[in-house]
Amino acid sequence: MNDVKETTNNRYRAAKNVRNIAFWVLIAALCFMFLMPFIVMVSTAFRTNRDAFTEPVTLFPREFTLENFPAAMAVIPYWRYMANTIFITALSVLGQLFSTPMVAYSLSKIKWKGAPIIASLLMATMMIPYTVTMIPLYRVYSALHLTNTYIPLILPTFFGSAYFIIIVRQFFAGVPNSIMEAARIDGANELQRYLLVALPLCKPALTTVAIYAFMNAWSDYLAPMIYISKPDKLTLSLGLQQFLSQYSTDWARLMAAAFIFVLPVVIFYIVFQKNFVQGIATSGLKA
Amino acid sequence: MRNQNVKKWRLSQQARDTRNGFLFALPWIAGFLCFSVYPLVSSLYYSFTSFNPVSTPVWVGLENFKKVFSDPLILKSLRNTLFMAFISTPINLCVALGLAMICTRQFRGRSTVRTIFFLPSVIPMVAGTMIWIWMFDPTYGIINSILEKVGIDGPSWLLDPRYTKWSLVLMGTWATGTTMLVMMSALQEVSTSYYEAARIDGANAVQSFVHITLPGIAHVVVYQVILNFINAFQYFQQVYIVVSASSGNAVGLASGGPSNSILMYPLYIFHNAFVYLEMGKASAMAWLLFLVVAGLTFVMTKVTKKVTEDIGGE
Repeated sequence: MNDVKETTNNRYRAAKNVRNIAFWVLIAALCFMFLMPFIVMVSTAFRTNRDAFTEPVTLFPREFTLENFPAAMAVIPYWRYMANTIFITALSVLGQLFSTPMVAYSLSKIKWKGAPIIASLLMATMMIPYTVTMIPLYRVYSALHLTNTYIPLILPTFFGSAYFIIIVRQFFAGVPNSIMEAARIDGANELQRYLLVALPLCKPALTTVAIYAFMNAWSDYLAPMIYISKPDKLTLSLGLQQFLSQYSTDWARLMAAAFIFVLPVVIFYIVFQKNFVQGIATSGLKA
Repeated sequence: MRNQNVKKWRLSQQARDTRNGFLFALPWIAGFLCFSVYPLVSSLYYSFTSFNPVSTPVWVGLENFKKVFSDPLILKSLRNTLFMAFISTPINLCVALGLAMICTRQFRGRSTVRTIFFLPSVIPMVAGTMIWIWMFDPTYGIINSILEKVGIDGPSWLLDPRYTKWSLVLMGTWATGTTMLVMMSALQEVSTSYYEAARIDGANAVQSFVHITLPGIAHVVVYQVILNFINAFQYFQQVYIVVSASSGNAVGLASGGPSNSILMYPLYIFHNAFVYLEMGKASAMAWLLFLVVAGLTFVMTKVTKKVTEDIGGE
């Protein structure tokens, strides 16, 4: 009797072990596949170009070198592009942080007839293809002689974008109205209630907005491509793309350039990971 | 007397709310008019005109639309875009759902795994695309060298018109992290008590997936289908980077990849506008795209509503 029990137990345990092992093999394989491009980027950045073009292809460098980094920075004015990108990014984040909470506050904490209308229009603006608005906007900016300036890239952020407004509005919806009401009874006017009560409360949501605004501006490619053509005004994204089309055979240097472009973003992501996940989970939307 | 006062105060309160609400929303309202309404309307007007970036638009009637419908490349680009919508999107969604289901299981190192799956979605697109172009290199790329080790003679990927689109599909599944996270949060909201009950009733894994998981996340899935579908119709930037990398130094050159196999509809709009400088025709194309996307959104919103209601009614 006892024996039978033991064998079934053992068999059960064995089956579970097999399933466990299969699960871990799957996880390992998937992680490897997802990390592969990063491994390739790093390993190519630290090998000589001759090594990269030697068969058989190896995952790790045969000739380790640091030379690609200064070489890449000599081809593209890396620090110049970095400064341009930081400038655009900083102002874009500022713009979003100015406009987003303001509009979100109006939509969720002020009772007026426009709020539901705007709320539904927000979703509608998200589906307008960029290719439709791109031509008229380009005409306007070029008529105003604003191409090759950063204004077309930065200006829109000061008017709020649907995705961010929805995130913060959802957050405001969770702030009890009684708090706002108490401030009203204490004699605070709308602006005071917004600045002194609502804004400090929505800090977590604003952190999420700031992070996404940073990532969007940092990696933005389409808008700079349309508006910026002067070599000294390029952003990192654009510089990297031009480097790619000009030196499409020098992969060691290209990967070194990609590496120094990606690194800040990866560090940023790992530090602020929690906010990333929360931002997407609460909004249920896609950037 | 007193009643009158109260009424007056109420009215003015409402008026004040309206004023304040409007003032606080003003940035968005102004932005909406300048960056959405104006371009949409003027783009419609432009689609009946002929002009280049420096000339003034001249009314040409339906000329642009005639050009659009007689252009053989339009059909080609449309077919390529439909491939992305109907092949790439479902694959992406399935991969995202699969990854999300893995990440909602309890195991040690779960958050690290989630970090790894999501990482590709945060790195700048230019960099990600660049790495893939290198990995796709037929001779020195890592993908074909791995395939070779298992005895498969890898294709030329981005150089072979039969495989270019599939290369893009592969690239897309790599960066599907955002959809995965959304699905994850949906999966976590499905109550575990349902699964318990199903297990007691003797349901196997497949049955509980079909009868509990899928209905539980249906509303999110349908919404993601819509979003990914719309995005597929706008799929453009990655292709542009791929194409400009292979066309060498010629930045201004219009290319759609090997025998135009990855000439996407939005890319062709871009070519028409900024390379051929036929901005009227490009506007007409863009408006057609807008109509398609708007129609799709409308239909799919209805479907989402229906799905959500049906499941809520069960």
